Amino acid sequence: MGILNIVTYIPLLGAVVLLFLPKQSGAAIRYTATFFAVVDFIASLYLWFNFNPHGTGAQLFQFRETYSWIPSLGVQYDFGIDGISLLLILLTTFMGIIALVSSYTAIDHRQKEYYILLLLLQTGMIGTFCALDFFLFYVFWEIMLVPMYFIIGIWGGPRKLYAAIKFFLYTLTGSVVMLLSILALYFFNDGGIPFLNIKGLGNAATFSVLQYHNIGHLIPPTLQFWIFIGFFLGFAIKVPMFPFHTWLPDAHVEAPTAGSIILAAVLLKMGTYGFVRFALPILPDATKQLIIPIVVLSIIGIIYGALVSLVQKDMKKLVAYSSVSHLGFVMLGMFALNPMGLKGSVLQMINHGISTGALFLLVGIIYERRHTRMIAEYGGLAKQMPVYATLFLIAALSSMGLPALNGFIGEFTILLGAANRSIVWASFAAVGIVLGAAYLLWLYQRVFWGPLDNPANKTLLDVNRREIGLLLALVVIMVWMGIKPAVFFDMIEEPVNYIVRKVDPAYFDKKPIEYPSAAPVVVSAVETTR
Amino acid sequence: MNWNDTIYLLPEIVLTIGASALLLVPVMGGRGAKLSAKWMMLILLAITAGTLLYSSHAVETIDQSRQLQAMFALDPFSIFFKLLFIAAIGILVMLSEDFLAESRYSPWEYYSLLAFALCGMMFMASGVHLITIYIGLELLSLSSYILAGFYKSELKSTEAAMKYFILGAVSSGILLYGISLVYGVCGSLNLLDIAAAMSTIVTNDALMFGIMLLGAGLCFKIAAVPFHVWTPDVYEGAPTPIAAFLSTASKAAAFSIFARIFYVGLHDFHLDWNYVLATISALSMIVGNLAALTQDNVKRMLAYSSIAHAGYILLGVISLNAMGLRGILVYSIVYVFANLGIWATVLMLRRHQYAGERIDDFEGLSRRAPLWAFAMVIFLLSLGGIPPTAGFIGKYFLFAAAVQAGFGWLAIIAVLMSAVSMFYYLRLVVAMYLREGVEAEFAITSPLKIVAGICLIVTLALGILPAPMIDQVIASSSNVAARAALTPHAGR
Repeated sequence: MGILNIVTYIPLLGAVVLLFLPKQSGAAIRYTATFFAVVDFIASLYLWFNFNPHGTGAQLFQFRETYSWIPSLGVQYDFGIDGISLLLILLTTFMGIIALVSSYTAIDHRQKEYYILLLLLQTGMIGTFCALDFFLFYVFWEIMLVPMYFIIGIWGGPRKLYAAIKFFLYTLTGSVVMLLSILALYFFNDGGIPFLNIKGLGNAATFSVLQYHNIGHLIPPTLQFWIFIGFFLGFAIKVPMFPFHTWLPDAHVEAPTAGSIILAAVLLKMGTYGFVRFALPILPDATKQLIIPIVVLSIIGIIYGALVSLVQKDMKKLVAYSSVSHLGFVMLGMFALNPMGLKGSVLQMINHGISTGALFLLVGIIYERRHTRMIAEYGGLAKQMPVYATLFLIAALSSMGLPALNGFIGEFTILLGAANRSIVWASFAAVGIVLGAAYLLWLYQRVFWGPLDNPANKTLLDVNRREIGLLLALVVIMVWMGIKPAVFFDMIEEPVNYIVRKVDPAYFDKKPIEYPSAAPVVVSAVETTR
Repeated sequence: MNWNDTIYLLPEIVLTIGASALLLVPVMGGRGAKLSAKWMMLILLAITAGTLLYSSHAVETIDQSRQLQAMFALDPFSIFFKLLFIAAIGILVMLSEDFLAESRYSPWEYYSLLAFALCGMMFMASGVHLITIYIGLELLSLSSYILAGFYKSELKSTEAAMKYFILGAVSSGILLYGISLVYGVCGSLNLLDIAAAMSTIVTNDALMFGIMLLGAGLCFKIAAVPFHVWTPDVYEGAPTPIAAFLSTASKAAAFSIFARIFYVGLHDFHLDWNYVLATISALSMIVGNLAALTQDNVKRMLAYSSIAHAGYILLGVISLNAMGLRGILVYSIVYVFANLGIWATVLMLRRHQYAGERIDDFEGLSRRAPLWAFAMVIFLLSLGGIPPTAGFIGKYFLFAAAVQAGFGWLAIIAVLMSAVSMFYYLRLVVAMYLREGVEAEFAITSPLKIVAGICLIVTLALGILPAPMIDQVIASSSNVAARAALTPHAGR
């Protein structure tokens, strides 16, 4: 049993241990759950310190663990991570702790089930990022749905049933269509689909993602197109991209704070991760064929999400719609299909997890005190809760992309990547950034400045030590990523090059890659802009 | 027929004698009255299973007479299904105990009928001749009609039995008519002879008509749309354990003959019937799942869901490849165990004869019986095809078969409808976990616990470690697949 399995199954072990604790002892349940989450985080740090960021070829995916699972179908239990998965796993284990600790006082009934479900969810998420076998990936992907469904459905707000079912059915619909695409790939690699005159390659039946990476360019373009459509539905609903986003505001608004944090920080990344890991490298022709529609949807998502955020009266809904906008950026950068855009895209996934997670946490904190999220109910909070106001400001600035904080690095790199393709894309994205600053600053202004005239707000307590601890941890990461992004870029350099080589082999012929990996990437990017 | 042939038929012979004996026990009076009907039945099942295993080993060295060979096959395919039937009937016996204790009717008759039904199913699984299959089917059906009306004094039960009987009789007639037309053209009722005859026929209207009638009769038995209208009424009216029997074991038996007839007998006419069956399959999935959405009665909901599942299984028939055949076998196991688990829960919630049926009756179950509610979630996820439950493996096989056979559109309908099905399965989950305040009333007894435990373990184990089951299924289906001259899947 290797380290990846340990990281994946520690939360499951925690969930099993929780089963044996008595229902009434809330404190014991909370601390046990946190203990396992912390152990899991420490275990994932082992990955960080032992990961070789310069591994290429067979060394790209590290900590490989392969066991036979269903040999007759060619299904393997295959785990392995590259830099992209590594960062996402770290994000998951880190945000897992934040989510657990943030629930200490917010969740006051059925605590045992709650913490069990959060831990199960974490196992599902980590497993999804580790899986290098498509069957295994699908299993973990679907396993995630169930705990999240319960978390929204049991501990959610007034319309929780509606939101939970909508979340479940939307994602399930996308993923079952994705299953068909996986099957088409499987048969193409194997015997083909004689009835449709699709000749297979005749390889041994396998679900190995790396094998699919290698045969991707052999798939005829029409078949690639249909397979891509299936993947697109599965992943775009999860991201969520523009016309498929309607489940997101409902799920976010109704979910408990920890649910929103996990949903925004990790679950949405499943979609973008799916694109990066599967859709792009396996289906290069279809990807290039569909660049324009997807980029158009991304840009609509960026602008639309931002505009809708502007008019929200509910803080949580505002943050939820801002996710639509931010993930539009991620998709835009990804479909620039150059190393710069992809790197920005991957980094922005992490950034969004940290910043939006922090924002949801902050909204949750104030909600717990006042039981309302309506912006109009607040005003002048800066006087009453100065520490809270400061931390909120940092999170908001990080989310809108202020230099020296993490959001800036991601958005700027994406803009560079996009501009490298087309200056039009970049201009639209820039509009999105301006709008992003607008809705967040306006939110901040309405909530924290002005007179403190609502009497209910005059007795609000500032953040307590537990909350400060959580928020400071997030702020430290924001600053660290903002000041030393090279550490993170270094991790994803090779995986990104690998993907670009798969999806657009001509790219490196045109322009040999020469980004010095340890130098500030921003500078080198400017030099190489065409 | 010679003495060696009895070895082939030994399990059925033992079972028939046992079933007749069960019927006679109560009239013997005296010591017989003190015996427990349930235990006698379980012992009978155990003996049948033992004999089956013995026969299956013994026949490897014994020659079968030509006459029997043309009618009856004790091959891995039939052994697989027979063991599944025996297991399912065993579970149903456990499920029936409390229900029988509360009713005024004789348990001996009930178990005897169940044993005769099992005997019919075993003949169906072994039938390689349309007459054997038909006789087995009739034995099963006649026993089922009586069992559906087992609550003699209840209006709903009698109505269910009447409906089932009349429609069943008509469908048997249609089936027979189809068989006679096939016989008229092919000159034989043995499936291999039919296949041989068909390979020389290019097109023949009478044969086509016969196949369509045969298919229609079979579709009635598995309750595929548009031959499904009896299902909800019968499931609702029949005593709950019998509804469980009809939706699990009886259906699995119908799937087994469906697979054998179409894979062994009719594969050369594949292009003529596959689009018809594909339409039926699509309609079953759509109508079954959409109608289930609006049901408030759990038994009716399960009835519609079973219609939808018949549609899924038809994917395995239509695709006519090794994957599809395996899918039928895998799905039969998966479906039987998950469904029996759900029926066990319905029975547990029964407070009087017809309760435990509304979705509201499930409210608050998670608080009163958390383990049970968890098991129920697993069963529902399995029916919905969500990993890591066995249902996913089953659906995987069927969907993969459809994709491989080039029925992409049907696979798309199937996956979308399985997403729709989650909506009504989740309604039960919502009732159990998410509704506050109400607390379900129930009576958990140890047989029900054992049943739920077995079903839970099977459903999870086959979902997480499916390899042994799949290997077994591949071995069991190989002889039928070979008959159908299928190109083996390159995976093995």
